[in-house]
Amino acid sequence: MNYLLVIILLPLFGFLINAFIGKKLPKTISGIIGSGTILVSFVLSSVFFLGFLNGTQQKIDVDVYDWIAFGDFKITFGLLLDQLSVMWLMVITGVGFLIHVYSMGYMHEDEKFHNFFSYLNLFIFFMLLLVLGNNFLVTFIGWEGVGLCSYLLIGFWFKNQDYNNAAKKAFVMNRIGDLGFLIGMFLLLYNFHSLHFGTIQTALGTIQVSHATIVAITMLLFVGAMGKSAQLPLYTWLPDAMAGPTPVSALIHAATMVTAGIYMIARAHFLYLLAPETMQFIAVIGAATALFAATIGVFQNDIKKVLAYSTVSQLGLMFMALGIGAFTSGVFHVVTHAFFKACLFLGSGSVIHALHGEQDIRKMGGLRKWMPITFITFLLSSLAISGIFPFAGFFSKDEILAAAYEHNKVLWAVASFASFLTAFYMFRLVFLTFTGDFRGTEEQKHHLHESPSVITFPLIVLALLAVVGGFMGLPEVFHAKHFLKEFLNPVFAQATQAGGEMGAHETNSSIEIMLMSIASILAVVAIAIAYVMYVSRKRIPAKDGEQYGIGKIIYNKYYVDEIYNALVVKPILVLSELAHDVLDRTFVDGIVNWSGKFSLMAGAQVRKIQNGSIGFYLLFMVVSIVAIFAFVFLKN
Amino acid sequence: MMNVMLSIFSVVPIQYYIFISAVLFCIGVLGVLFRRNAIIIFMSVELMLNSVNLLLVAFSAYHNDASGQVFVFFVMAVAAAEVAVGLSILVTIYRNVHSVDIDELKSLKH
Repeated sequence: MNYLLVIILLPLFGFLINAFIGKKLPKTISGIIGSGTILVSFVLSSVFFLGFLNGTQQKIDVDVYDWIAFGDFKITFGLLLDQLSVMWLMVITGVGFLIHVYSMGYMHEDEKFHNFFSYLNLFIFFMLLLVLGNNFLVTFIGWEGVGLCSYLLIGFWFKNQDYNNAAKKAFVMNRIGDLGFLIGMFLLLYNFHSLHFGTIQTALGTIQVSHATIVAITMLLFVGAMGKSAQLPLYTWLPDAMAGPTPVSALIHAATMVTAGIYMIARAHFLYLLAPETMQFIAVIGAATALFAATIGVFQNDIKKVLAYSTVSQLGLMFMALGIGAFTSGVFHVVTHAFFKACLFLGSGSVIHALHGEQDIRKMGGLRKWMPITFITFLLSSLAISGIFPFAGFFSKDEILAAAYEHNKVLWAVASFASFLTAFYMFRLVFLTFTGDFRGTEEQKHHLHESPSVITFPLIVLALLAVVGGFMGLPEVFHAKHFLKEFLNPVFAQATQAGGEMGAHETNSSIEIMLMSIASILAVVAIAIAYVMYVSRKRIPAKDGEQYGIGKIIYNKYYVDEIYNALVVKPILVLSELAHDVLDRTFVDGIVNWSGKFSLMAGAQVRKIQNGSIGFYLLFMVVSIVAIFAFVFLKN
Repeated sequence: MMNVMLSIFSVVPIQYYIFISAVLFCIGVLGVLFRRNAIIIFMSVELMLNSVNLLLVAFSAYHNDASGQVFVFFVMAVAAAEVAVGLSILVTIYRNVHSVDIDELKSLKH
């Protein structure tokens, strides 16, 4: 338990140092402190992970101290480490460390270098709190904390007003989700008198709670997850969040924070298993998001926007997996996605770095010659996300698709089509960026260079993980051990018993081979189409304003932002104006001003009594005394 | 002694004492209210005090209880002290404004 506290507190320590004395430290030291604390956390996490692996480590569920207590009501500040949280622990500290190292190179020119590292460390701290809390409230602190860090880092270059707006948008969108989370927690507290995961799980057997209540709780918690994990209809903040520096996009908006919703639902799976309606809803929302975001991704021209919509789409797939009860597959995809998506973002950062801030893929091309390492790592990760055998994405995506096929053929078809689109837009990105001729300016071409090793090192490591990461969950059809399923079995035992966990072992192996083949063929076809379009025919996406038809609609993201503006933002602004003019200016200000004026007026009147004439004072005194006596006398 | 006391009340009933005290007190009050000279006001206050003293002594004798008379001694002692303080204040006022008319003493206003 002590080591557990060290894992959490080290990033906080790094944050404090960089926040308070970072300015005086040289950049290298500041960066080493930031990365070093995470590295130590990672090493300690690995010790726990290995302990769980060989069975020596038991589940830890401790209360550090009583936090809120009155009467017999008590909420403790407690930590929980089991197989599920240790998976996240490894991803957060492992990928987090690599991204910290990368940031040392990427942010080197930035004057607020130490601020950047302090925010990153604070983020890791809150993220660890989120996954290690043993009750909903501690998780919620982490949940809000990562939201704060996300806001700070999206608006890191706050001199650009657009970036500030993006940061605000992310913050406000998340508030909507958090309201759902909060109400869900209140309902839990009201019905179970506890927020502790374990207590609620055992209480489910003894306390009678109506089915409707469970559905309400799970739905509200899922609304929180929708906000944090950018699902329909609360996804619009994530593409805008790309305003932040690229390492932030990789760490927060691809690998860790946006998977918090999946973690929370996996953690509360015992509740969700009792609410099949909610599960169905989650599956539908997930599949819809996966398809919707994938179509938008096909028409985007900003390298980071494509990746952002891809993230939304992949998160949708994960939610679909949770919704059909394949919790392990969802977690599996979170882990592999963290590897290849972080690698893709960091690779795009490397490209942007080389082009001095250019993000438009129409002005790139042919970068393979100048940036071979970035190209190869990017290509490997793209293969992984497209689901090409034997890269990581193949296994995790295949598991989700197989489970979906078991559950509902429509979901399977939607998810398969989303995967097809994913493979297409990823290779559209690869071909437009790295092959063909360079389409930028001569000056940019002159400065083209491969990024320094501090940037390429994390790329290589992540690309390797993207290649081999899938082997932790080999399908049954290969007659190999599904490592992850065994590992997570203690956590999801209930789900497996309930028959909710639909894994490959129930699937007929011939069907599974068929599903794999379909997925692979779809991916290969998608890549081939992308190759023909962008390599053989050298097509370049149309300039802004020259799109037409459906392409224009999708390029403009189905005008969802505009619709939200018209339906929600504008009315709220009008209402606020009204409230300001009518309620505030006339009513509230009126009361305040009137009470002030009344006091002044009353004072002026009373002041006349104090006229300075002693004779009058004496008379007043005598009259008053007589009056008091008369009053007392008459009262008796 | 007892008999002497009671015989006094048989000649002058207690009501008379009450009446004279009330008259004295009212004269004092009116003096305080209507006179402008601070010294006269001061004397009127003394008159009020002494009317109360008279009443206390009368009841003390009537009830055959000495504590009323003890109380009167205290009142006298305090009144003497009060006179000393009050008169010295008046002297100081006179030195400053050459008047003891209370209508002149308005410098604390505003």
